[in-house]
Formats: sequence, structure tokens, C-alpha cells
Amino acid sequence: MSHKIGPRNGARVVARAWTDPAYKQRLLTNPDAAIAELGYGGMQGEHMVVVENTPKVHNLIVCTLCSCYPWPVLGLPPVWYKSAPYRSRAVIDPRGVLREFGLDLLLDVEVRVWDSTAELRYLVLPERPAGTESLSEEQLAALVTRDAMVGVAKVAPQKGSSA
Amino acid sequence: MNGVHDMGGMHGMGPIHEEKNEPVFHEPWEGRVFALRRAMGAWGKWNIDVTRHEVELVPPAEYLRISYYERQLAAFLEMLVKYSFLMRAELESGTPAASSPKAVPALTPEKAAVLIAKGVPTSRNVAVAPRFRLGERVRARNTHPVGHTRLPRYARGKFGIIHRDHGVFVFPDTNAHFQGEKPQHVYSVRFAAHELWGEQAAPHDSVYVDVWDDYLEPA
Repeated sequence: MSHKIGPRNGARVVARAWTDPAYKQRLLTNPDAAIAELGYGGMQGEHMVVVENTPKVHNLIVCTLCSCYPWPVLGLPPVWYKSAPYRSRAVIDPRGVLREFGLDLLLDVEVRVWDSTAELRYLVLPERPAGTESLSEEQLAALVTRDAMVGVAKVAPQKGSSA
Repeated sequence: MNGVHDMGGMHGMGPIHEEKNEPVFHEPWEGRVFALRRAMGAWGKWNIDVTRHEVELVPPAEYLRISYYERQLAAFLEMLVKYSFLMRAELESGTPAASSPKAVPALTPEKAAVLIAKGVPTSRNVAVAPRFRLGERVRARNTHPVGHTRLPRYARGKFGIIHRDHGVFVFPDTNAHFQGEKPQHVYSVRFAAHELWGEQAAPHDSVYVDVWDDYLEPA
């Protein structure tokens, strides 16, 4: 299982959404079916919600009560996602948490925190970085990080650099 | 229950430590605990809400001191004993008693793969009328059940707006105690950060909480 699921699955979903507007629409309106189109789904991804980042809206995912996380698209959560510091502060001080991850958002960007208190599992659709128009879907997928799909980072235009 | 697991809004938990190139499991035993829990889940003797509540019952000082997989293991062992799958003597000796119940037929790796691929949906295809509609202003009830609940303390008594109706799902407060599924609507409710945290919060920020029908009242 640790070989079949992981954030590369989610990255392929994101790259498809960036390159195929009809797929993106399906992903936002019927995420379970759209994610299944790429062959992903199952335990802890039975009821997916995809939230889209834009220049004016930044989404952040947390589970304050335990550690709910969309396994089929992101794999099992990292230790920090399950830790008390993240779970306690993501809802009361999301901007402080994002700064700790190196992301300083302007006040006119609206931050939406999604607390996974029920059986819905969340995936952030990050913004496609500028200057990536010539990249293939596969090259785009290589840029997408787990952190960007949880909402604690943006996607950088080049692999390894920070946004 | 008002346990330490309900952490949203607490202070003093320290900085977030991000580990570069973190492995899926740090030790082989963590993977075994993960697999054991899935395997017992497949037996169908309890449900996800029962298991979540058992983790919440780990004493608070212990809960904060030990790791995620240590909590999972502690809760798992408690459940095995509580529901008579194991006797404490077996745990202590490491030797199973002849009378210990066994899953028949046994779970095989092939069946486990199918289970993981299919998942365990908690939505229910039953006709239950929603009590609230999109855009309606609601208040999360000021309620403090001693058993399992999924309404975080930071949202209780607060006003929000119904953002979306997710459909009908199993109700954890009853399901965690084997008192039935009581299927009902779950809504995404938007709480303004100001409403939850006061004037210190950024003016346009918000927290969306997934809330069962029974947790809400008209506002």
C-alpha cells in the first residue's frame, strides 16, 4: 500500500486539471468520479472535496480532532500534519502556520481553512505557476508537491525552487 | 467528550517540525500497527467511530506524550480486550489462548487490497430531509456530550452559514457507541474567523467545518 498510494497520485490529478479545463470542472463538481478517471480512490478517499486556490483565495486543510487525510491521492499523512502544533493552530492562526512553512500571504488574500471533522476528505487544487505554459502534463505533475495539495505551500515554477 | 484530542484553537503546542524526505513509516512496527487496524476493521466487529473514540480515551497526558502510532496501538489493544478478542493474559504472555476468536474466513492480502481499493463509504442512500438549506444562518449547538462527538469545541455556540449540503451520512455520536447509524445530512458550514476567534482574526478569513444536522440549530 505504501507503494501504490502517495502524493504523486494527487499531483497527476492536479496536472490534469491544469491542462484540461473540462476535467478541472468535473474535478471540482464531482471529485470522486474525476479522481477515479485516473484510477485512484478507495479507503479514506470515499468522499472527496476539491478546493481551488486562486490569486484571491488560499485554502488550507486540517483535521483538528484526529488526522483525517485523503489517502488515495496524498498517501498517509506526514508526522507534522498529525501533530498537536499543526492541529491546534491551523484554525486559529492559519497565517502564522503558513509563515512557518515559508508562505507569507497578503491580507487581501482570503484564507479558507477546511477542518475535516466528518468523512469528507479534502484536496487543494493549487494555482498553476506562471511560466509553465510550455510544460507537458507529466512535467507539471513533477512540480506539484504534497504540501501544495494540503495548502501549506504554493507550487514553484521549477522543481526544487520555492514559490 | 471534551478531550485533549479536540485541539483546534489551543495554544502552547510549540512549533511545527517538518521532516525532509519523511518515510511513510519510521519503524516497521508502525506499518504493522496500521495493517493490524485495517485487518480488524475488515472483520467488521466495530466501526471507524468506535476506533476514533477509543483513541480519544487515551489519557490526556499520555495522548500528548506518545506518537500517533503509539496512540493507535494503545487504543487498538484496549479495543481487543474490551470487545473480548483477546485476554490481558494473552497480551502479557504473547501466546494466544486456544479459545481466542478467529476471523473465518481469514483475511488474505488479496482481500485486503480489494477492501482498500473499495473503501468503506459512510454515506447512506436513505431519504432523510435536510433541516437546513444553503445560505441559511445556523448556530452550532452549545453541547458537551461525554461520549464521542465530531463537533469541535471551538465551533460550539458559534454562528455560521450553510455553505454546502454533502448529503446523508452515518452519525458518529451514536455509531461510536453501537447505538445505530442514525443517518442524517452533513453540511459544510462557514464560520467567519471573526466569529470564532474575535477581532484578532483576519477580516475575510474563515473556517469551514463539516457538521451533522443534529449539531445545528436555526439562528
